Amino acid sequence: MIEGLISGLFNGISIGAVLLIVALGLAIVFGLMGVINLAHGELMMFGAYTTFVVQNAAQSIGGVAPDLYIFAALPLAFLVAAALGLLLERTVIRHLYGRPLETLLATWGVSLILIQTIRSISWPMALGLLVFAVLFVGGRWVLTRYTNWEQIRAWANPVFVLLSAAIALLTWIWIGNAASAQFVRPWFGARNVNVASPSWLRGSISLGTGIQLPMARLFIILLTTLCVLAVYWFLNRTAWGLRIRSVTQNRGMSACLGIPTGQVDAITFALGSGLAGVAGCVVTMLGAVGPNLGSNYIVDAFMVVVVGGVGKLVGSIVASLVIGTVVYLVGSGTLATMFPPAAAFQPFIDFFTFFATTSMARVMVFALIIAFLQVRPAGLFPPKGRAVEL
Amino acid sequence: MTTEATMQPRRAVKASQKRKFVIEAIAVVAVALILVVILPLFLTPFRLNLLGRFLALGIVALGIDLIWGFTGLLSLGHGIFFALGGYAFAMFLQLNSLPEGSIPEFFGLYGVRELPWFWQPFNSFPFTLLAIVLIPAIVAGLLGYLVFRNRIRGVYFSILTQAALVVFFNFFNGQQELINGTNGLTTSTTTFLGQRVGSGEMRMFFYIATVVALVAMYALCRWLTSGRFGRMLVAIRDDENRVRFSGYDPTAFKVLVFAVSGAIAGVAGALYSVQSGIISPQAMDIAFSIEMVIWVAVGGRATLVGAILGAVLVNMARSLLSERFPDVWLFFQGALFLIVVTALPDGIIGWGRRTFGSTVSKALGIAPTTLPYLDDSPEPVAASETPEFAEK
Repeated sequence: MIEGLISGLFNGISIGAVLLIVALGLAIVFGLMGVINLAHGELMMFGAYTTFVVQNAAQSIGGVAPDLYIFAALPLAFLVAAALGLLLERTVIRHLYGRPLETLLATWGVSLILIQTIRSISWPMALGLLVFAVLFVGGRWVLTRYTNWEQIRAWANPVFVLLSAAIALLTWIWIGNAASAQFVRPWFGARNVNVASPSWLRGSISLGTGIQLPMARLFIILLTTLCVLAVYWFLNRTAWGLRIRSVTQNRGMSACLGIPTGQVDAITFALGSGLAGVAGCVVTMLGAVGPNLGSNYIVDAFMVVVVGGVGKLVGSIVASLVIGTVVYLVGSGTLATMFPPAAAFQPFIDFFTFFATTSMARVMVFALIIAFLQVRPAGLFPPKGRAVEL
Repeated sequence: MTTEATMQPRRAVKASQKRKFVIEAIAVVAVALILVVILPLFLTPFRLNLLGRFLALGIVALGIDLIWGFTGLLSLGHGIFFALGGYAFAMFLQLNSLPEGSIPEFFGLYGVRELPWFWQPFNSFPFTLLAIVLIPAIVAGLLGYLVFRNRIRGVYFSILTQAALVVFFNFFNGQQELINGTNGLTTSTTTFLGQRVGSGEMRMFFYIATVVALVAMYALCRWLTSGRFGRMLVAIRDDENRVRFSGYDPTAFKVLVFAVSGAIAGVAGALYSVQSGIISPQAMDIAFSIEMVIWVAVGGRATLVGAILGAVLVNMARSLLSERFPDVWLFFQGALFLIVVTALPDGIIGWGRRTFGSTVSKALGIAPTTLPYLDDSPEPVAASETPEFAEK
């Protein structure tokens, strides 16, 4: 029985660790900018696909590469997702600050586009995107250089977007028609792909007396710890971290004191997105990778943010570990077996047996969260102060 | 317009309001007549059925406009109420089309011999009609009470409604032996008033019922938003604290409007499920509930006509585009979200009003009596609302 509890706790904590790594970036971005990024799950998905690509490359190299690819995939996934996040912030979210609900909808639109992109990206489409980027950036550069940009900006921007998009679309269609079928085929398609973990992550450590700790889950816990420490170091020991914390507390005052809030927003968003990429790399160890990967995690991650409260790292840590552990213990039925088989405990046993599937455990956890919010509406560690608002 | 009105004597105001009301009523009835009498002559039964579904979705959009456009609460969980209404009606249809004493077929697959207790009341038609409205309203009211009581709002409210949606989805998806889980309940093969629901006559009947319900719900929302209640909703949307400090209790209003909105969604769900032939947990898909919000945004928030228009137009575009280019629709939908949110914040109606002035809308009698959505002065960022005295 005690072995069951220990391995249950271990699995629960490892699920909590995955949740934490997903929620970490979300929490930072939400704390700083008040922005709910519904595309966070899709940024994760891009991290996961980056891992897939790196793994395939490592397979083709051979030798020790398939065992070590994870160390190349982690930073690469971070960079890809961070770059994507930066692009997203600069093009869309920047225009929507102060309108959290609109940002929510806009990021949902972005997430749809990202899902369809991963499903249908192929060489013609990639080349079309490249053409668009070159035309748009190059054209704007020429215009800002040689014309009175501020005067024509209002109509030049939309005209440029439309023109570049039209040419890019034509390129896409033209290449698609002209090239061979092999070349036109989508890279990933809509189906799930499998990422093979390095061989040393597939085993498990035995603690005797029947307790098995899978290596992959140990690795995830270790990696999450490292990420949390790195984020803590970044936020509390670096100049940019200080600026981020200051903007989180009071945006207006920080701006008055000369902190470039726009740059702080961009850096934070890139950091949060990068963490989503790392999370995507991590979840490849747990299952298949598909275009809908993000939506499996996103709601749980939001619940972590809601329970943890805004702007405190420790809130996210506690909330994710608790939620992960409870979901696992209830969902796997471990709790139901904890009670001694006496008649007095039968109602409890029946109760926990009813909730003993993963989806029903989420039902129960949601009820617990609503109950918890009755006591602490602003989360575990709310910012102290005299505000009327949450 | 309002200042003009306050200058006139009271009787004149009443007279002008009455005239406006008459014009609007005539316009609504005219549109309804076009939908019921003229369109069936031109459209194939398939297209008419599609239109009926879209009009049912227009009813949900009305509910969302009530709570998002007027009260400022973005609910991402209206799929719950939509599905509850749909399930209530589908359960009645299942029982109604069976011979006395037998139970729906799928129960046999999971070894259930007796009708579960919560199915029993759905034998009665009056109870079902009440349930379609009341069950979603009660669920919404309860959820709303637990959330609003603690002044949880803004994006927190949106996230919680979304989480509730996921929870309900899991629940309905997982209860295989009680409500047929993933497969949902089929309505097209059942009978209603002695005829098969999927038959041509019944489809026409439900199409007309949808139009009637749409008109009724429009009238309800119009009545709710044009009086003092509507002003209170707008006040809560624009500055809830000021409302609270003025001695009102915003929580009660918010719970009430959320419940009403849920009930409207329930009606829509019932009408949609009979016209599409099935209700399944897919109605509680996250994407579907967010789409509902975007219909309202496309049409124009805080304009009830806009909500219906948005729902019908977006769904038409969807069915046309996804028939021809199934891959591209998601790109279009994503782009639609981005464009509406960034470039067209007032939706089609707001854009039309800006471009053509208020002449057209006045002539049609759809000029709102409440204030439009305040987007010129954005709310402060949530993060900047953290107090200046925060201890760190």
